[in-house]
Amino acid sequence: MTRLAPQPYELIDRSIAVTFLFDGKPVTAFGGDTIGSALYASGRRVFSRSFKYHRPRGLMCCSGHCANCQMTVDGEPSIRVCVTPVREGAVVKGQNFVGSLDRDLMQVTDKLGGPFTPPGFYYKTFIRPRRLWPLYEKVLRGAAGLGRLDPRGTPRPRIDVEHRHADVLVVGGGEAGLRTATDAASAGRHVILVEEGPEVGGALLADPDGHLRAAELKRRALAAGVELLAPAIAIGLFEYGFVPVACENRLVRIRAEAVVVATGIVEQPLVFPGNDLVGVMLPDGVRRLVNRFSIKPAERAFVLTADDRGLAAAADLERAGVELVGLLDLREGQPPNIEARGHKGRVEAVSVNGKLTRTDLVVMSGSPQPNYKLLAQAGARVEYDETRGIFIPTDLPASVTAVGGAAGEVGEPAVTTPVLGYTGEKSFICFCEDQTAKDLKYAIAEGFDSIELSKRYTTVTMGPCQGRLCHVNSIRVYARATGLDENAIGTTTARPPHTPITLGLLAGHPEEPVKRTSLHNAHEALGARMMWTGAWKRPHSYGADAGAEARQVHRAVGLIDVSTLGKLLVTGPEAGAFLDRVYPNRFSDLKAGRVRYGVLTGDAGRIMDDGTVARLDDETFYVTTTSTGADAVYQWFTWWNAVWQLDARFTQLTGAIAAINAAGPKARELMERVSADDFSNEGLRYLDARQVRVAGVPALALRIGFVGELGYELHFPSPHGDHVWETLLEQGRELDVAPFGLEPQRILRLEKGHVIVGQDTDSESNLHEAAMPWLVKNEKEFEWVGKWATQAAADRGLRWMLVGFESPSGAIPVEGGQVVIDGVSSGRVTSVRRSEELGKVIGLAIVPHALAVDGGRFDVQVNGKAVPMRVHLGPFFDPAGERLKA
Amino acid sequence: MWNIADMSLLVTCPNCGPREVEELRCAGESTKRPAAAAPSQRELNEYVYFRDNVWGVQREWWFCRVCEEWFLAERHTYTNEVVRTWHPGPADSPGGRDGSEAASQQEGAQVL
Repeated sequence: MTRLAPQPYELIDRSIAVTFLFDGKPVTAFGGDTIGSALYASGRRVFSRSFKYHRPRGLMCCSGHCANCQMTVDGEPSIRVCVTPVREGAVVKGQNFVGSLDRDLMQVTDKLGGPFTPPGFYYKTFIRPRRLWPLYEKVLRGAAGLGRLDPRGTPRPRIDVEHRHADVLVVGGGEAGLRTATDAASAGRHVILVEEGPEVGGALLADPDGHLRAAELKRRALAAGVELLAPAIAIGLFEYGFVPVACENRLVRIRAEAVVVATGIVEQPLVFPGNDLVGVMLPDGVRRLVNRFSIKPAERAFVLTADDRGLAAAADLERAGVELVGLLDLREGQPPNIEARGHKGRVEAVSVNGKLTRTDLVVMSGSPQPNYKLLAQAGARVEYDETRGIFIPTDLPASVTAVGGAAGEVGEPAVTTPVLGYTGEKSFICFCEDQTAKDLKYAIAEGFDSIELSKRYTTVTMGPCQGRLCHVNSIRVYARATGLDENAIGTTTARPPHTPITLGLLAGHPEEPVKRTSLHNAHEALGARMMWTGAWKRPHSYGADAGAEARQVHRAVGLIDVSTLGKLLVTGPEAGAFLDRVYPNRFSDLKAGRVRYGVLTGDAGRIMDDGTVARLDDETFYVTTTSTGADAVYQWFTWWNAVWQLDARFTQLTGAIAAINAAGPKARELMERVSADDFSNEGLRYLDARQVRVAGVPALALRIGFVGELGYELHFPSPHGDHVWETLLEQGRELDVAPFGLEPQRILRLEKGHVIVGQDTDSESNLHEAAMPWLVKNEKEFEWVGKWATQAAADRGLRWMLVGFESPSGAIPVEGGQVVIDGVSSGRVTSVRRSEELGKVIGLAIVPHALAVDGGRFDVQVNGKAVPMRVHLGPFFDPAGERLKA
Repeated sequence: MWNIADMSLLVTCPNCGPREVEELRCAGESTKRPAAAAPSQRELNEYVYFRDNVWGVQREWWFCRVCEEWFLAERHTYTNEVVRTWHPGPADSPGGRDGSEAASQQEGAQVL
């Protein structure tokens, strides 16, 4: 066993046993263990395979900084197990190997590939023959990687987004962060502290009794009112104190008046051949194993250090009964030639100037660097302090401060350039991406002599550790190779996120918002096939035959749910004057109780929406819009009136009002069965609007020609939706009443040549070219919105025209199909349907203006062949509108 | 300078106070609608199609989805600093916004 006898300050609870599965075999841990510490205690040393060479890698930092311990936990890949608490029954697997973690067949790339795999080798080696690249790519992608997602999918956790506000946000729960948070909270400020590990304490947690001090600091912080989030990873730091935080299955978007960055330090590796072997560790990693988890990490240890941290690790190791076979303090004398040698990827010996010492653990301490990444990403400058050999963040953004290690309080390292064997083979700079000092030199020799270019070429700093362990060493290698100093080389741009996070966290809920009318359940009960229209779900049709559904409307009476129409109330003494300004036509002269069609244009003259306007009384207009335009029109109206400040008010009624259109020759008879009001042709004329009672419910009845038959559009409070719908169906049974969906409605409206804004118009459509010049009333006193551009379109001469057409051959072109004239694309089909009623294929198309004459001919591409079409001006069905007015 | 991420903008609605940007809609630079009864084609084009697109403080329209009112803001286009916000007076104009932007919000089928 590698566990020590119980230690006075250990963090594990030996009375609790937790069992999880590693590669199918049970591993028993104590309470307080991490998956990483439990695996180490069970004797495991190889934790992962490296990205490119598949070299065995073991625990190095034990702090969640490096990528050496990434495993797949419960189906989620690339989890750093050194900071992941054990969970009963968790299923843990190694990743990125062929075979097993201990015997990875892909390791051949390390044995053979070394000389052949310099940076960018795949661009150089695999370019010919070109057509084989897809194959090469497949092989390369399989060979390098970071675990796999289970294709069958693991249960996806629900992810929520939460918004929080705070006076002060402290990022980092080490000693400096806890103290700052406590002080601010004691001063009465609302403080949130986020810590990326499962518990606060930071560097204290490596000390023998550190967690007791951490617990005391935590107790004080909580007593002062600090709100603690852990584990919680600050993804980035943006302007105005905005910090999105990954908090397990929540994305907490915190907005703080002041942000304090207390992210501490990152211990740096030394650069020497074999510095990536299993058993080469950073001092705090070793100390955490000994002091927190009571593990004897090895039998023999060799310590290489540039600062006191290595000495502290040496003391802890000796106390744990590890034989210290060597201690090399790099602050004393000339840096020697150091090399770690291994067998099967595990360290066996250290060679110092040729003198070999056998050991199974090497502690390397290259002295720490401030963990300034969050500050750099937020816009701070990073400057190299030559005397101390560290990069220090300066010029912090407004309202951002740094404390503790992140601010540069890292002690005083005596060796400012702890790069050693930078010429040697397998002296790793970037452990995540398998890049050595030699690779960097190679890149520089190839001309990638700026650090930003080199980063992209070699991918140093682009792996999961995001440069924590390689950024500084890569700059130092650059400095040596180019003869420039560190400040001249500069640092690479830091970008969020600093720690890998799941895409699901950014994607949030997979749900799509849907709007349903009050009749939704009734439609489903009738077997309607529902379809999306914007955010709404609406019935496409109720049976398999939409054509028959349309004919039913011509023959008897049909009902369609038009509750999705936008509905606005415009009221006030100047409501009519307002509408005169936003519509091309006039509404101030509309008589109370009458309805008029209107189209909205912008000042560019383009058509944006259409609908009906009913005047209810002198100061009240009821405006309907397209189903998808309700919000846009509301904003459009209020926008203009924000400036004009006419005495008019706007009320959005879309959700409050349900609407049903009853249309067909028997529509009047149906109305008379459900209402005592006068629905006669004299009592309610075409384009009349009247308050009525239908099925006992107060309703506004608009007599309009929605689908080309005698029709009544009933608008009434939404809660009565089901009642009115059911009553109409029931009372109309003898009249053969039937519901109809959007698809039959498209056919019916097309038979009348009705334009659907957005379907038959596009961003170039103006009133003239959409064949609606009759709407333009330029004699109005105000320069209505769109007037000038509409006039300009008429003045320049019309180029296009929206026309109806028939397909004499019966071939049905696709909507969007090209209009072809003399072999040249000249317009497009916007709508097309087969009308059973007319026995014809009919449609609308945008064609050159010259063709807009009855009987004009043009071709449309149908299945690659030019098929002739014939222009038809005016409605296809009931051109005189007799049925509407009957 | 800050690295810019639009998502992090905070804007003060004159009614509702500081709000996250997704609670508001930015409708772009404010412009001046020609006063003339019949502007020249050039004046019309300037108003409808051209924007200053400044690096610096610009005046723009915002719609608050909370109180459903429009207001004007002066915002630095690079730093996202919002200098001031206020409700418009008769001197301001929604300008050459045509329906294209409103229409572009109407994704999906366009069925009446």
